[in-house]
Amino acid sequence: MTQRLTIGFLPLVDACLPILAHEHGFAEEEGLELTFVRDVSWATVLDRLLYGHSDAAHLLAPLAIATTLGRGRPAQRLAAPFVLGLNGNAVTVSNTLAEALGCEGALGDPQALGERLKAVAAERQAQGRALRFGVVHRYSSHNYMLRYWLAGCGIRPDEDVEIVTIAPPFSADALKAGEIDGSCVGEPWNSIAVENGAGQIVLATAQIWRRGVEKVLALRAERLDEIRPAIEGLIRAMRRTGKHFVDPANWDTNAAILSRPEYCDAPHTLVRRAISDRLVLTHGGEEREYPDFMFQYHEAANFPWVSQAEWLYSQLVRWDGLGYDSDAAHAAARVFRPDVYRSALAATNDPLPTASSKVEGSVSEALQASTQHGTILLENNTFFDGRSFDPDRLEDYIAAQI
Amino acid sequence: MRIAIVDERASRASIIEDGLSSLPDCELFVLTQRDGLIARIAEIAPDIVFMDLGNPSRDVLEEYFVVSRALAHPIAMFVDESDDDSIAASIDAGVSTYVVDGLSAKRIQPLLQMTMQRFEAFARLETELAEAQGKLAERDTIDKAKRILMKTKGVSEPAAYAELRQKAMSSSRRIADIADAVVTAHELMGDSS
Repeated sequence: MTQRLTIGFLPLVDACLPILAHEHGFAEEEGLELTFVRDVSWATVLDRLLYGHSDAAHLLAPLAIATTLGRGRPAQRLAAPFVLGLNGNAVTVSNTLAEALGCEGALGDPQALGERLKAVAAERQAQGRALRFGVVHRYSSHNYMLRYWLAGCGIRPDEDVEIVTIAPPFSADALKAGEIDGSCVGEPWNSIAVENGAGQIVLATAQIWRRGVEKVLALRAERLDEIRPAIEGLIRAMRRTGKHFVDPANWDTNAAILSRPEYCDAPHTLVRRAISDRLVLTHGGEEREYPDFMFQYHEAANFPWVSQAEWLYSQLVRWDGLGYDSDAAHAAARVFRPDVYRSALAATNDPLPTASSKVEGSVSEALQASTQHGTILLENNTFFDGRSFDPDRLEDYIAAQI
Repeated sequence: MRIAIVDERASRASIIEDGLSSLPDCELFVLTQRDGLIARIAEIAPDIVFMDLGNPSRDVLEEYFVVSRALAHPIAMFVDESDDDSIAASIDAGVSTYVVDGLSAKRIQPLLQMTMQRFEAFARLETELAEAQGKLAERDTIDKAKRILMKTKGVSEPAAYAELRQKAMSSSRRIADIADAVVTAHELMGDSS
């Protein structure tokens, strides 16, 4: 019997896996009929999830954790059994700021770019018009990645610059109008800003954390228990979709589907840039390849590592001005559900890591991770500042943050 | 009580405004512009904010409310956990509600009820309008199909209609669907006159 699942999403390229699982029939083969609810704010995606309009949603990973911890509204436990992808976001700045930073149509070295930004930020601060950056949500990886980069370059995010929330569809206009000097958003919105001549892409979030966790498939924890077989089917369907998604032979087809009005409603060429890791950084410029800009499949990229949730928790307490709390840390860690991911794929050949946590940022050379069928290589999981995050030392990591 | 209605659709906002204005002790502010929204909200210092779920500024507004907790007039997502049913009903109606800290549920309820009613009524009107437009379009298609039959078969208008009707009945389909098929086939044959 076919089971219906309703999935909420925001029109972003990284909503690709559930959408394409439906469009290519992978979901149907698992006995699922997917319907989609497209919204224009994360608040509404979350409300629909919490009040039963949707069964599951494409959601910002930090928002799933913040909701569980009751930040901003009464706590409701969410579960994330599947990471929809790693990175796929970028920092885009106004043409004026790009010029001041000496960007010449190339992605900058994060450290060097940060140093130049620090000087410009101080200048602007002295003139009484501090640099202003837009992020999509307080509880987003965009916010945390941007802040991690700024702080790592000696720029205090709440003192030396201003960070405001701005809905992705308006970030290009805000850049153009000078309301913000830069933004950290997902695709296709950086490419749209470039295309409109509103700004230049200067940094990919993958340069800040090469394997940074991005959106997750989120459900209410109780709902997951009720429909677990269906969700496990969806996980299998999305893994098959991921394999299809990263194959260059399918880039055009997939870009055509995702660009449709009911999904991203964006030009095909722009959607294709993100999918193919080939961005145009400046208006009228050439496509440049940045490998791993979006990372949706290889190296068990969708596996919900508990250490990823714990890193996000470390950033939540850092920027919400909270201290370490062992109960909250535990609740945050529990949001990511590798147990569900594993049971969904246990009967397949898909590699399943045997550990649930790893040291994040420690892999500057390929690391072998053991799985049920031997090992897989995890490459290049580094933070730009060379630091690493050991989940066993979460409290120390938090204490050492400025 | 100061109430802000945030809706980019001015027609719906005015229907809600109209409903709430019939209730006592309500000072209403309607905000339909995206630009300068937060500054306006700060200036108005509302006790209640109603905002439609489809509003792209929701995340921006919620961020402001988080920040506003440090201010004298903190506002939060409606409401405490005991009112979960009310939130669910509000979300079902398509409206998100934010209230100033400490406002009693008793004072909120009648306002919320009225707003939800008006939202639902508006949604109903829209559905009816869409149906009416659909019917108009269908009538248009049927007229076109009749003209095609009249021209190609040289029959009268009543006879053309009778043929469409007969075909619809014998194949258990709607006349509009048969007419649509006739028009489509005619277009495919390359004669769209």
